[in-house]
Amino acid sequence: MNISVKISVNGVLHEAEVEPRLLLAHFLRETCGLTGTHVGCETSVCGACTVLVDGQAVKSCTMFAVQADGTEVTTVEGLASNGEMHPVQEGFWECHGLQCGYCTPGMMMTAVQLLERNEAPSRDDIRHALDGNLCRCTGYTHIIDAVEYAAKKGRA
Amino acid sequence: MSTTTEKPPVTKSTQKYIGRAMKRVEDPRLLKGVGTYVDDVQLAGVVHAEFVRSPHANASIKSINTDAAKKLPGVIGVFTGADINEKAGTIPCASPLPGGKSPVHTVLAGSRVYFVGHPVAVVVAKTRAIARDALELVEVDYEPIPAVIDPEKALEKGSALTHPELGTNVAFTWGLAGGDVDAAFKEADRVFKLRILHQRVTPMAIEPRGCAASWHSGESSLTLWTSTQIPHLIRTLLPGMIGIPENKLRVVTPEVGGGFGSKLNLYSEEAVVSHLAMRLNRPTKWIEGRRENAAVTIHGRDQIGDHEVAIKNDGTVLAIRSNIIADIGSYLQLLTPAIPTLTGLMIGGCYKLKAVKVDITGVHTNKMSADAYRGAGRPEATYIIERVMDYVADELGLDPIEVRLKNMPQSGEFPFTTITGLQYDSGNYQAALEKAKELAQWPRLLKERENARAEGRLFGIGLSTYVEICALGPSKIMAAGGWEWGCVRIEISGKVTVITGATPHGQGQETSFAQIAADRLGIPIEDIVVLRGDTATAHFGRDTYGSRATALGGTAIAMSIDKIIEKTKTLAAALLEAAPADIEFAEGKFFVRGSEAKSIGWGQLASEAYVAKNLPPGFEPGLEASSFFEPPNCTFPFGTHICAVEVDRDTGQVKILKYTAVDDCGKQVNPLLIEGQVQGGIAQSLGAALMERTVYDENGQLLTGEFMDYAIPRALDIPEYALGSTETPSPSNLLGVKGVGEAGTIGATPCIGNAVIDALSPLGIRHVDLPFTPERVWRAIQEKGGTL
Repeated sequence: MNISVKISVNGVLHEAEVEPRLLLAHFLRETCGLTGTHVGCETSVCGACTVLVDGQAVKSCTMFAVQADGTEVTTVEGLASNGEMHPVQEGFWECHGLQCGYCTPGMMMTAVQLLERNEAPSRDDIRHALDGNLCRCTGYTHIIDAVEYAAKKGRA
Repeated sequence: MSTTTEKPPVTKSTQKYIGRAMKRVEDPRLLKGVGTYVDDVQLAGVVHAEFVRSPHANASIKSINTDAAKKLPGVIGVFTGADINEKAGTIPCASPLPGGKSPVHTVLAGSRVYFVGHPVAVVVAKTRAIARDALELVEVDYEPIPAVIDPEKALEKGSALTHPELGTNVAFTWGLAGGDVDAAFKEADRVFKLRILHQRVTPMAIEPRGCAASWHSGESSLTLWTSTQIPHLIRTLLPGMIGIPENKLRVVTPEVGGGFGSKLNLYSEEAVVSHLAMRLNRPTKWIEGRRENAAVTIHGRDQIGDHEVAIKNDGTVLAIRSNIIADIGSYLQLLTPAIPTLTGLMIGGCYKLKAVKVDITGVHTNKMSADAYRGAGRPEATYIIERVMDYVADELGLDPIEVRLKNMPQSGEFPFTTITGLQYDSGNYQAALEKAKELAQWPRLLKERENARAEGRLFGIGLSTYVEICALGPSKIMAAGGWEWGCVRIEISGKVTVITGATPHGQGQETSFAQIAADRLGIPIEDIVVLRGDTATAHFGRDTYGSRATALGGTAIAMSIDKIIEKTKTLAAALLEAAPADIEFAEGKFFVRGSEAKSIGWGQLASEAYVAKNLPPGFEPGLEASSFFEPPNCTFPFGTHICAVEVDRDTGQVKILKYTAVDDCGKQVNPLLIEGQVQGGIAQSLGAALMERTVYDENGQLLTGEFMDYAIPRALDIPEYALGSTETPSPSNLLGVKGVGEAGTIGATPCIGNAVIDALSPLGIRHVDLPFTPERVWRAIQEKGGTL
């Protein structure tokens, strides 16, 4: 039996009848066609699927779409505004914070939450905040640089 | 930023882009979430495949009942080995060794399964969820058989056999001998033995594998999108398996979410999905889950080595005699046998040994196949020789640096022919070592260690001076051609399209190849587009692995540009009313020697070349050239890594306090990307040194089947770096490039290992096996009583 949900994604309301077991990650990718949210482990460990649900970073591979009913979701596609990159996106670009790019959307969404909570994080704060997001390419150092860059840019 | 780099790269006016740290042109699409990975490929009417996999390491299949699964609404078909194996070929190994014995590797299991995860049947359904539901309805009656797990026991007489039809668990043996080993051992003042285990590890790219195939019935052709490093090798190998001609197969590699060697293979699923798309005449997609990725994508390393080392009392290392057992798992995948041979070839490291003898035995066990994982045989070699160097220093009471310096060739000795027969192209090992010492503030480190030890803390310093073999390689040593291909086209508008046969997948060559082309053509980088990863546009290629893409693929592009420049001189001569021999080219302009003021650029020349009204006699229209670069030799990047660690005596936890790396990858095209490669490589190496280990239990059950059980480094595990470089051009290609993709994974594990052992040495500990997990280190400390 399908269930009706209304979820605002990047400011656009999506209404759909979904299977109760449909994961938020798959709702975003398949129902909304927003494939920037990636699935890497299906166990909440890797964080590639991280999105913001009502401003909180959530691993969308372990949240059901029905649980997100009535919420406002922000995905990587919603980070830039008016064609301008978000400071976090800019930081990742400037500091070579990505290689294959697969973990990047989730990594950036977690960074966005961090900077909303702490506008001047130390490098250790950043490491702690990103501890639930795995990257196999970069070795993290350039990602930490990128978040530092974004923090400075955001304060400027 | 806390990564200390020595100084910004120098940009000369004549070298506008090469050598410059430039951000990547591929990034915006990835940062905006609009890049296309294989699961993002949209195909109308696509159906989804999921695989029924063996829960047993070794079992015979008594029966398979697919009736219930087939009845599930939404299921399109369920296919077993009996339905498919005759039609989808066998999985190829491109590097078999003479005398080796290998089983027939069908795409689905036949009457027996050989490892946990072995595909037994495939379900196709309208949605991925229905396909997964149907998996549970396929009933397979297994009769378990005791598994062959320990590779050493597998070699004992009377051992159970992984593949009984082979009559042995020995898949291959391979030997290498250089110099007079017996004489070297006779000459020795001392001989010592060292047993080194290099554990099995799991590559764990964050994007699991996946593929989608679409059959075009009108053209009788197939397009395969697959998350791979090797679309061209797949296009060479797959047609014969699925029964279509090569020129009816197009392989597309969209964005690839990490490879590290794990996507350097032709896997069962790619053949099955291709076959199903043809058979069902419907686009078919399969996306690997993480548990599948851990179980059925290749593993790396897994060697047990017994080494005997002959030394002189002055620290000279004369010879190494090694017996290496490589646990290769159940099947030979594409390059399985080649990996340990690289260990053998590189076992002498960057040292002048008089003799080497290496005997390698590849052993079949009931595990997933081992194959190329970032470094592929060289991390194992480097770990061995760099542990040996520290062991020698410890044995003789010498400084580990002095021991290394004593055994290294001098910069004037290059090209240097090793005792294993390789010709190291160029090098200055001492310079890299000196620079690393300087960056690491070596005297201060020694003082810190002295102070820490005085306080009873377990503080250690480690180093490794590595050399690696890259830019693989000349065709004579490669299974299916070692060249690389590139094509450059000056479009009618003067814009430039560069097509590479190398298949970058995150390394950033859309940027660095544009840098190479922009300098050579003398045009702004914004006018260049680099295409990759589609056999319909990149007609030839041998793809990306073995740190080869820039050294070989970049050179093929430079060669193509040189051809276009030569051709264009004729056209420029006609337009300037001069003889072709008098035309010169510099900074994007053609002019008559001595009158630079009157020049013509690419825009006008391209227009003339394609509009073709004023062409000189015999001038073929168009400005396009392609090249196959056949390298005369491999390249041999090198460097020195130094780190300081502290071990927590109570928990066994290792903390890396400071990490210094000086890498020489030849001429640098984009230092920012090189830094990224080095940092990423060190992180993977740190994982192998401190936490990663693929574990099968005694029944062959995989205990490290997902990220909850298999630890890879997180942001908190990464130390701050001091990074530097030296730049010794390679004479093996016209760019002087050597390659950097694997440097970190090769240099760092022994560096960390040596530091940990140094930290534990006051307790009398001389050896601990990889990885240095808290438990292992703690146990080692307990065995020594835990006190100084």
